[in-house]
Amino acid sequence: MSETAQNQSVSLSPPVIREARALDMDAVAAIDAAITTHPKPEYWQRAFRRYATRQGRYFLVAESGGAVRGFILGEERAWEFGSPPCGWIFAIGVDPSHREGGLGSRLFDAITTRMRAAGMSTVRTMLARDDALNMAFFRSQGMRGGSFIELEMPLALPEAGAR
Amino acid sequence: MKLQKATQFALLAVLELARDPSRQLSVSDIAEKYGISANHLAKVLRDLGRARLVEAVRGARGGYRFSGNAKRTSLYDVIELFGDSVRGEADIPAPAGETDMGRALGQVLAEVDEIAVATLKSISLATLLKSLAWQPRASTREPTSP
Repeated sequence: MSETAQNQSVSLSPPVIREARALDMDAVAAIDAAITTHPKPEYWQRAFRRYATRQGRYFLVAESGGAVRGFILGEERAWEFGSPPCGWIFAIGVDPSHREGGLGSRLFDAITTRMRAAGMSTVRTMLARDDALNMAFFRSQGMRGGSFIELEMPLALPEAGAR
Repeated sequence: MKLQKATQFALLAVLELARDPSRQLSVSDIAEKYGISANHLAKVLRDLGRARLVEAVRGARGGYRFSGNAKRTSLYDVIELFGDSVRGEADIPAPAGETDMGRALGQVLAEVDEIAVATLKSISLATLLKSLAWQPRASTREPTSP
């Protein structure tokens, strides 16, 4: 199907945001592989078991034109480094051929609505510094630099006596 | 981080024009609203015109109008146009920068720069304009339409 035809079918059937189902995982894995170029179907099967079936965890998909076109994952986390309960979004993906149609925004709205309804007043995420696409997306949703800073170090320690 | 005046003026002007791309504003409209030098702003607007972010509209009701893509233009893109280097500004110059202490300090400053660059690249003109609705309005002054 041409991209134009795909876009027409999308416009004929408005996207639906719903809870992920086990049968969606092949499509989710394919979208992730198209974005990251690292196929990991087993990870998405595990993610489904861990996040789609437990309270306080959210695994949503955007369905449009009869197919899954995007996904978002998040969960509630509490008291990490003194932070009161808050929502975390740690994965989002939209089929590259269906971008700029508002699917990402609808997924973001859907997960934050659920988090708000569950009593969370803040939502956080973490991104690679060079992930310009996702950083611009989350900024456009209203997210900004927060009160925590991520720190890290390689675990291959220098030779004894060097530190 | 401190931006040169020309860069500050460019950001203010391009954002003010992008706020409503159908609207034309004169140099003095923008200069008056932000309390900045009209002469300096005129030069900045010519530079923004060369970068095709704004276009001059001639005639009695002339002025400038936004002609770029607000979703595709980041704050960093505008800053780069005016030669403000966010990255590397704070390098420790040689010979101190070649010492162990200079290199260690340079790494800290580079970390700060990298965060600044990533932040500026992630905010489009459209996102910044959208953010106006998320914060209390500091000034209600609006430029006069020509």
